[in-house]
Amino acid sequence: MRRSGLARIPIIDIFLWVFRIGVIGVVLYGSFGTLRQGKYSGEVWIDFVVFGLSQGSVYALIALGYTMVYGILRMINFAHGEVFMSGAYVAYFAAAAFNAAGFLNRQPVIALLAVLGVAMLTSTGIALVVERIAYRPLRRAPRLVPLIAAIGASFFLQYTFRGFFGTGFQAYPGVNVLKGEWVLAGIGILRTQAVVIVGAVVMMLALYLFVQRTKTGTAMRAVSEDMEVAAMMGIDVDRIIVITFGVGAAAAGAAGVLYALVFPQVHFFMGFLPGIKAFTAAVLGGIGNIPGAMVGGLFLGIFESVGPTLFLEGLTVPGIYPAGIPAPYQLKDVIAFVMLVMVLIFRPSGILGERLATKKA
Amino acid sequence: MSAALRTGLIWGTIGVFLSLVGMVEAFAARQVIVGVVSLGHLLLLIISLGSGVRAARQVAAGERAPGAVLLRGLVAGMVTGAVGAAFIAVGPAINLRAMFISATPELFALLSFGRGIAGIPLVLGAGAAAGVLGAAATLLPAVIARPLAVGVTTALTFGLFQELLQIILQEGTIRTAIKRLLFTDDGLPPRGALIVFVVAGVLSALLRGRRGGVRAWAASRPPRQRRVLSAGALVLGVALVLVLPVVGGLFIAQVLVLVGLYVLMGLGLNLEVGFAGLLDLGFVAFFAIGAYTVGLLTSTGEHAIADLSFWAAVPIAVVASLIAGFLFGLPILRIRGDYLAIATLGFGEIIRLLFLSDALRPWFGGSQGVLGIPKPELFGFEFSGPQQLYYLTLIASAFVAFVAARLRDSRLGRAWMALREDEDVAEAMGINLVNVKLLAYGIGGAMAGMGGAIFAVMLGSIFPHSFSLIISVNVLALIIVGGMGSLPGVVVGSLFLVGLPELLREFSDFRFLIYGAVLVIMMQFRPEGLWPSAAQQRELHEERADIAVAPVAEAVPGEAQAEGGGS
Repeated sequence: MRRSGLARIPIIDIFLWVFRIGVIGVVLYGSFGTLRQGKYSGEVWIDFVVFGLSQGSVYALIALGYTMVYGILRMINFAHGEVFMSGAYVAYFAAAAFNAAGFLNRQPVIALLAVLGVAMLTSTGIALVVERIAYRPLRRAPRLVPLIAAIGASFFLQYTFRGFFGTGFQAYPGVNVLKGEWVLAGIGILRTQAVVIVGAVVMMLALYLFVQRTKTGTAMRAVSEDMEVAAMMGIDVDRIIVITFGVGAAAAGAAGVLYALVFPQVHFFMGFLPGIKAFTAAVLGGIGNIPGAMVGGLFLGIFESVGPTLFLEGLTVPGIYPAGIPAPYQLKDVIAFVMLVMVLIFRPSGILGERLATKKA
Repeated sequence: MSAALRTGLIWGTIGVFLSLVGMVEAFAARQVIVGVVSLGHLLLLIISLGSGVRAARQVAAGERAPGAVLLRGLVAGMVTGAVGAAFIAVGPAINLRAMFISATPELFALLSFGRGIAGIPLVLGAGAAAGVLGAAATLLPAVIARPLAVGVTTALTFGLFQELLQIILQEGTIRTAIKRLLFTDDGLPPRGALIVFVVAGVLSALLRGRRGGVRAWAASRPPRQRRVLSAGALVLGVALVLVLPVVGGLFIAQVLVLVGLYVLMGLGLNLEVGFAGLLDLGFVAFFAIGAYTVGLLTSTGEHAIADLSFWAAVPIAVVASLIAGFLFGLPILRIRGDYLAIATLGFGEIIRLLFLSDALRPWFGGSQGVLGIPKPELFGFEFSGPQQLYYLTLIASAFVAFVAARLRDSRLGRAWMALREDEDVAEAMGINLVNVKLLAYGIGGAMAGMGGAIFAVMLGSIFPHSFSLIISVNVLALIIVGGMGSLPGVVVGSLFLVGLPELLREFSDFRFLIYGAVLVIMMQFRPEGLWPSAAQQRELHEERADIAVAPVAEAVPGEAQAEGGGS
């Protein structure tokens, strides 16, 4: 035992360093190759970044729910991606009805706000039902138990929607006002993307102020700091937990509508990838840390949008890939997942360095 | 009484939910007893009965006057019926179908017994009657209730599996005689169901109390005879398992092969999650690696890299997935708990996306997969179909189960359990966490790899789409249903979660819905699973007993201990 006891730490560390340096090396080599090719102009890169920002702001909104729930219950709400999906899906019916009535294009602002309201209400409702039925009875159970229940809830919700609304993709109606571009400081931005970014930022600010300034927000922070002491101070912990779930779900529902503006279709499985990516964003920003989730989401969105082209296009391997990796956009999700695994391995406390290490993670 | 109202509302909502999700209509296609009841109506009946039973159980034990219990059942059943009636009345009027694809006219015809709005009194009446029946069932003494329950369950089981039974009863004089007695050309008629019900009920009544008697008799034999007896039982069991695909036919064999593959994966994941407590959501990656290794090594198609025989390729596949397990485990050694689950999920998805990508297409065939994998052959005997592959799967699962059982009781197994209980304490006790964790990933992965190898030859071609996250969740669900850390539990779980949905095709559309619900429900009511390992059961029940007894525990410590140990 003594031999391996001495030998083991360095071996893993060496392995992890090799892993880390390898990934960084590939990224640098690929980026260098792509930039040297000069195939893309600066405008294209800006487009990538703007697209990444709009995608990332959606991730950030979803990530808020993960982060807030984790901050209080130390539990990954695996079903959060489905909460996001449910909001987008039910709001689709509202949007389609408005579109059929012509209301969507006559009064786009009011109609979109109404659609947003439907999504937020649905998501909140579903999250509260899940919390009540699946999570609340397990509050004192061993750690894996709530996680497994959450996985079950996630699949249950997915296949409920599949049973309710079918397996096909439903196309979100477009809004005429949002077609085309706005030019801002010489940079053309797709209108939908601009709306998404602005909408998400407004939501996040509102949520941040809610948590920082209101009495309920203070109670939430107190509960996340120490549940028992908070209870002793007269805070109704159950109520705070319900509010946390509800607020996080409302943000996810809003994110669902914004997501559907960028990718105008809904499907029962659409919550999975954004959910996982938003979780990555939450960890990246330091789980339990609300501004961190926002930064993490934006960072991940840009990384994912720029990454495939930047890292892989120029990744020439003599003899195998003389012209770079073919179809790099297919590997977009691989990049996101590699990012997820790397963050979990190397910085489980996040880039904004929250206080937790092995104790909470 | 408000509790009964609430119960009725909840169960009614469940009924509407099942209708909207499409289950009732899909199940209605299967006749359980010909001309009497379809599975869809049976589902509705069970919901109303359940409502009555729940309402009756809410009465405190002290005040169980029959009248009060029946009244509660009546109220709950009627409210359940009323929810259904409201659904029937409102659903078609507001064109629910524009949103819910399952809200078809057929569904409403089914719910209202084909009478439309005029069927509402009937629905109310049926709900109330079922509620009263359910409540009444709780009042019956066990002597009557048990044979009744056994009779009904057996008759319904016969009804559910009637196609299968008819296939099994096709040959042989005795078998065809039984078939003619019970079944008509259409299926199970009321007469057949009644016979089954009476026979099963009477048998149950006669055997009541005898089951313990047989055990006691066997235990009272001298040791040598006892050994002979248990060996005989074992031989009988093995013989039954061996002839199963021959008697059951092609379809049964096909289902059993699938069950066997899931048993292989389940044993592997059980080793990681059940023994070592490392929740792995990317487990399907090992299955994929095993399948791709065998596929590429034995294929005669365009992606072939070596023309090996299956028997030479399997050890390579097992070693490949073992190494994959080590490599997979190394970077995530320091991650714990739920983060570990997400990291492994990431790994599993990365592997699938890589197999799917165009970048690796020259080697793995991208989305077109690897084709032309020949069936294994041994001494001129070709494992050509499921009936032959069954034996291959059986031998592989038996071998892997043996390995898992030996590992569980070994030093390594105990180290895993220590790790599961508390990582820091385990390390302090001198367990080398690195080796122990890597071995869990490696050996667990190797077991799944062997499953993947058989999967590749079973299908003859492999596609990346076969290795999605849902498989990992499926395997996780089955070891949780069976009982984490329990080896027989894996088999039980596979039979229930893989075998059953295959046999009842109507279920397979809803299997993931049901899995999700099962995971949530099991975590609340039976986290130790259907066939728990001894340690797990003790642990989970001890905790509960501690909570329940906590206030008393200080006063009477001896009593609390007795309760904790006894349950």
